[in-house]
Amino acid sequence: MTRTMPVPTRRRFALRLLAALAAALAPFVATPPAARAQPQREAGSSITLASTTSTEQSGLFGHILPLFTRQTGIAVRVVALGTGQALDVARRGDADAVLVHDAAAEQRFVAEGHGIDRRAVMYNDFVLIGPAADPAGIAGMPDAAAAMRRIAQARALFISRGDRSGTHTAELALWRAVGLDPAAAVREAGGGWYRAIGQGMGPALNAAAAQDAYVLSDRGTWLSFRNRRTLRVLVEGDPRLRNPYSVILVNPARHPHVRQAEARAFADWLVSPEGQRAIADYRIGGEQLFFPDAAAPASRSTARAE
Amino acid sequence: MDGAAAAARDLRPSQAAGIPAEVPLRSTILPLRVEGLRYAAGGHAILHGVDLEIAAGPPTLVVGPNGAGKSVLLRLLHGLLTPAGGRIAWAVPFDQARRRQAMVFQRPVMLRRSALANVVYPLALAGLPRAGRAARAREALARVGLLHLAERPARQLSGGEQQRLALARAWALAPELIFLDEPTANLDPAATRAVEAIVQDIAAAGTKVVMTSHDLAQARRLAGDIVFLHRGRVIEHAPAARFFAAPRAPEAAAFLRGELLA
Amino acid sequence: MEDFDAAFAIAIGMIGSADPALLEIVVLSLKVSAAAVLLAALVGLPLGALLAVARFPGRRAVVVALNALMGLPPVVAGLAIYLLLSRSGPLGELGLLFTPGAMVLAQAVLIAPILAALARQVLEGLWEEYAEQLRSFGAGPWRAVPSLLFDGRFALSTVLLAGFGRASAEVGAVMIVGGNIEGFTRVMTTAIALETSKGNLPLALALGVVLMAIVLTVNAAVQVLRDAAARRAA
Repeated sequence: MTRTMPVPTRRRFALRLLAALAAALAPFVATPPAARAQPQREAGSSITLASTTSTEQSGLFGHILPLFTRQTGIAVRVVALGTGQALDVARRGDADAVLVHDAAAEQRFVAEGHGIDRRAVMYNDFVLIGPAADPAGIAGMPDAAAAMRRIAQARALFISRGDRSGTHTAELALWRAVGLDPAAAVREAGGGWYRAIGQGMGPALNAAAAQDAYVLSDRGTWLSFRNRRTLRVLVEGDPRLRNPYSVILVNPARHPHVRQAEARAFADWLVSPEGQRAIADYRIGGEQLFFPDAAAPASRSTARAE
Repeated sequence: MDGAAAAARDLRPSQAAGIPAEVPLRSTILPLRVEGLRYAAGGHAILHGVDLEIAAGPPTLVVGPNGAGKSVLLRLLHGLLTPAGGRIAWAVPFDQARRRQAMVFQRPVMLRRSALANVVYPLALAGLPRAGRAARAREALARVGLLHLAERPARQLSGGEQQRLALARAWALAPELIFLDEPTANLDPAATRAVEAIVQDIAAAGTKVVMTSHDLAQARRLAGDIVFLHRGRVIEHAPAARFFAAPRAPEAAAFLRGELLA
Repeated sequence: MEDFDAAFAIAIGMIGSADPALLEIVVLSLKVSAAAVLLAALVGLPLGALLAVARFPGRRAVVVALNALMGLPPVVAGLAIYLLLSRSGPLGELGLLFTPGAMVLAQAVLIAPILAALARQVLEGLWEEYAEQLRSFGAGPWRAVPSLLFDGRFALSTVLLAGFGRASAEVGAVMIVGGNIEGFTRVMTTAIALETSKGNLPLALALGVVLMAIVLTVNAAVQVLRDAAARRAA
């Protein structure tokens, strides 16, 4: 009688499956949480930056972050959201720094003690986009707010981000400037021309392209946007359309776990001559998207957004 | 793990490495006494008060026409069904009795594993130490002539081979009693002969066999005593020779004459 | 149709050139989804098996709840996990938010009910066949669970594939808890969402083609493995 028991063949399938799954899980479970919190993709450390879709999707980060990382060994992990959500993420302590564009919300964020050391970094501008047919007849108008009023009067389709983003805030400021409240208009008969989609810049542009609608966009996202169909820039250059970005560090007094030193190094670099040059160097099709603004005090831009 | 340890002791695994199926030297769970056993399903009474005593010795065959309640009786005795009334009393507490018996069904359930693993499985459940299981299972397979198919998936075996495997699986536990429910009902004559030979081997090795059959010829070949079940009652319980020679109950006589009993 | 032609051309080009950025995203997608399936299986399969064998008051309610949980909106699951893992949440100490670990957790939460519900269905049939025999062997429901999981392994591999498919197709939850961070938590689905946002529809579609190709490959591989094993052991 044989006394050896071979590994039964029936076991092999299960073993192999288990081994494969275990191998897949290993990267996540083998390291204790503490080690995972200091991810080691780059040799050095990393920070989480809550920022906006406009900076991520325009490709700016793809251009400047590698420069910073190469120099400091600090990887920057960008979570791209609307400005409002980005500030929420930071408020909960889930980011080390924010780079956003909504002066009023930024000031509130700092005033409430969530952030420190707010500094102006750069600006770009908003552009009023619409279909080539331009049913509201706004092309070439120098006054963006007046153009908005004409869109409302024509009841021409308008796509609003509707997501508390910096762009959304800027759009609402324009409506207010001419005494309109499209959110209220929606509830009245014939208000269907105003469509708040509650999504990012790209989806808003996609929606406008599909429906031949007007939309307010930051120039950077517009320039890198591919699915334009008949959309084009109709109104630009109004000083009201200036769109300033600031960097804010999450307050370590409120959230002790934040990587304060690394986050500060990043903010310092952004406003340093080198960082500013990197921002100015980023171009799409030869066109500069963001303009260095670090010389200006961050609070100066407040008046504009209000 | 008291229970498992006790079960392991019952299986007497401490025997030498050859590990032949350990045959109980004396019956401890028998006699089995059944009084007024009743069972109903779906409002329909199937057993109306069965009185029965099963003692150690040659196989007891439960015979009777279809629908007499033979299978239900076995399941009740084995503890798979809960009686509606009456008493089932083993010579030892139920839990102990339960661990020293096994059952083979008319259509044995083959686990989706090799033949060997099918025999190993209940040994593991019974608490036999891991080291002894495979050898013990191979020994049981050898006794039913299936050792050469040990590594074959059980469900790829023929019907007769599957029934022999089921017998090996039960026998490997070295039970004091095995219930067999129509073990040859679905088999051809050759496979039936093989199963009957194994049943005789099991009985000869000292394990009590309690088996249902609707095949009178088979009952004549195997039985030490006959329990004649009809309409949910034990009509007659007698030594096989006496039963077949001179049945006392008229229904039993009619059954033996091959009349259809309703 | 040009969009589709362009998408396929790009997809083939990406696969052909083994673009390292794409490869990184693909590998992360596979790792996250596989880990989520494993994690969900550890909970879901035993739970499904237990529901298949056990009879207890409230079992029907549990089954109904489980079936309903299959429809759990990913965004809701993602949001709940976001709030749990946030630094301000109860599990903030782990520092898992915006990491692949968080994505694994989110996907596992989404597919565990699916695995449990499907496993229950698959194993209930098996239990019907096995119940009497296993009880004769003296196996109670608890002991029957691992036996059913083992004997049902071939059917369960299909259940796992269903979970894997759902996990790898999921975007709402991993977007929220992973953050779609380039080079760190960007997976196929969030990359597709991003490219769609950028109006780069052919590239988005091409990534979708690649994702389908991957899921197809995984399914085919498991099928082949399973058939080979089943031939030996069914």
